[in-house]
Amino acid sequence: MQAYKKTFLAIAVLLIMILITFFVSLNLGMIAIAPLDVVRTLLGFGTERDELVLFDFRLPRMVIALLIGAGLAVSGAILQGVSQNGLADPGILGINAGAGLAVVLFIYFYQGSAANLGIDSIFLMPFAALLGGMAAAFMIYTIAWKKGVTPIRLILVGIGVNAAFGAALIIIQLKMDPQDFMQATIWLSGSIWGTNWKFVTAVLPWILFLVPFAIYKARYLNILNLGDNIATGLGAAVEKERRLLLVLSVALAGSCVAVGGGIAFLGLVAPHLARRIVGPKHQIMLPTAAIMGALLLLIADTIGRNFLAPSEIPVGIVVSAIGAPYFIYLLMKTN
Amino acid sequence: MIIILIIDVSETFLYHKIYDNDSHFEEKELQRAVYSMILQKRKPDNTTSATLEDDNDGSEKIRSRPIFASVILIGGLALLVISFGISISLGAADIDFRTVWSGIFQYDETLTTHQIIYELRLPRTLAAALVGASLAVSGAIMQGITRNPLASPSIMGISAGSAFMIAIALAFLPGTSYLGLMGMSFLGAGIAAAIVFGIGAFSKGGLTPVKLALAGTAVGAFLSSISSAIAIHYNVAQDMSFWYAGGVAGTQWISVQLMIPVAFISISLAMVLSRSITVLSLGDDVAKGLGQKTVLVKILGTLVVLLLTGAAVSVAGTIGFIGLVIPHITRFLVGMDYRWIIPCSAILGALLLVFADVGARMINAPYETPVGAITALIGVPFFLYLARNEGRGL
Repeated sequence: MQAYKKTFLAIAVLLIMILITFFVSLNLGMIAIAPLDVVRTLLGFGTERDELVLFDFRLPRMVIALLIGAGLAVSGAILQGVSQNGLADPGILGINAGAGLAVVLFIYFYQGSAANLGIDSIFLMPFAALLGGMAAAFMIYTIAWKKGVTPIRLILVGIGVNAAFGAALIIIQLKMDPQDFMQATIWLSGSIWGTNWKFVTAVLPWILFLVPFAIYKARYLNILNLGDNIATGLGAAVEKERRLLLVLSVALAGSCVAVGGGIAFLGLVAPHLARRIVGPKHQIMLPTAAIMGALLLLIADTIGRNFLAPSEIPVGIVVSAIGAPYFIYLLMKTN
Repeated sequence: MIIILIIDVSETFLYHKIYDNDSHFEEKELQRAVYSMILQKRKPDNTTSATLEDDNDGSEKIRSRPIFASVILIGGLALLVISFGISISLGAADIDFRTVWSGIFQYDETLTTHQIIYELRLPRTLAAALVGASLAVSGAIMQGITRNPLASPSIMGISAGSAFMIAIALAFLPGTSYLGLMGMSFLGAGIAAAIVFGIGAFSKGGLTPVKLALAGTAVGAFLSSISSAIAIHYNVAQDMSFWYAGGVAGTQWISVQLMIPVAFISISLAMVLSRSITVLSLGDDVAKGLGQKTVLVKILGTLVVLLLTGAAVSVAGTIGFIGLVIPHITRFLVGMDYRWIIPCSAILGALLLVFADVGARMINAPYETPVGAITALIGVPFFLYLARNEGRGL
């Protein structure tokens, strides 16, 4: 009972923090809007300029930040659970790079300027990213397979595949025209700048469906953590569940990359912090990680927008600058 | 010279130790193998020139192959001269070999082709060779002194460190001279190496290959994210992208003139250190047992690595995987003696980068493909091969 109380409290605090950050973030930016004006505008009594800034520029990107943050965090949590390796992250493992490559190829062959993609292509992009992520995951898994897959081999192969995709990306990018090139560069470094409601509607169904499904499947992560033998003994179809969970994780990472680009380290940091607060039980940890990820990405986006204003720093860069030191700290602690 | 002297003295000491003392059989065997390797040419005794071949996987071939190595050195040099000819003749304007020859040896500044050769192709080709050699030697030394098969400039985030300091110089110290940029590049390489080694020193269980790869990736990601932020805010992104992509296109003579003495001094120093590195590559305990000042060798080795990497990055940006792949291939070809590994790595590294640079010009002509992307595409399969053999090679 005590444990549940603590969990409940933690989630409540996180949600309140999201609300505060959300409100602060709405005020800040190139055009600062006073808190009272924000409330007035949200209620529908604001000036035309404020409405434009809030509803067309700030709100969609903040909603996207929340959605992608949650998606990447859950994706990372599943990966860490399945690989039983606390240092797993879709970005480090090369799944983001695979999804990114697929999206850039998609933009390249679609020949449409990335800035004004037609509505259909925006909805197709998550599928392309999903396919790319799956291909990368499959590739990493096959190369790392040698009478089984050890976590170490998985990570090393992931780093290698990541580098290969990076090189391929550069070559393809250089064949693009300058406008697409610039767009692709910013997008690849993880940017949710220039988002509109179309992107929100493109990614929302994926998150709304996949995150709850992952939480529903969370108990299998607990069982898998006991080791394959015990898990089989408990009556779980180990291989089948593991594959399903991996596909879930890749699907989440893929759909997030399609909209937000390559954001590394978030999928690593958020589950760790969540585990610290509510413990390792996945049914509780997964939703906490989702909320944590949403909060972190919202903060990172607010920083990226305001820290070096008037220049915008792509949110992926902010996350790397904050996440990498934490990753190093974790690395130093683990054996 | 002092170091060689130390080893020579310790060799005599060890000789007596081995033959006077019959206990500690395993230790003796190991030391004998080390000893035989060092003195391979001087020792007539058959029993001591035995090789320490690990029969389980055959990956640790201690025997060096001087003849093979000489062939690589001589043949490689010849091939390098030919590759120079190819590199100078191919490009947006094709130039035949006779003109290449006359352009170099009978330079006539009224001819456009001669100007292309002298102002564009020649410095570019020389830079490619120097950078390739520097990165390969630097990787070889790192792998030798850390005994870590993944140690190499790009994996350890050293290239990212250089690029980071160059970003700072471009943003905050406009008008920094070329020499100044090179200095910043060395400084950045040093900072990144210090961070990665620091992580190793402070982490539980030391710097295993996997930890090294992860730490290098994280440090690289951290430093390049900050450089990107600086580049975006101070509007030096365009200047920066030149360093990041990695390439020797547009190299000027000043770069080559600065690079030649740095590479020459560092590689000479590496050659002086090579015997000690061979001993060190067999493990700290063995090296200490032989009376080697391991700390001194490591410090000097790291200094050489920083000089070579810093210079290479300041000229060509971040070119990955040469420093990882070439030393492995060289070790496979010539054995474990660093007196051969270092010069052979230099030659092979130079060859690889000169050809990769020719590829960079040809793949998507008339546009340039970043040579770093090409070396990555060559290097990654090899990296994956190493990763798959983790537990044996790693």
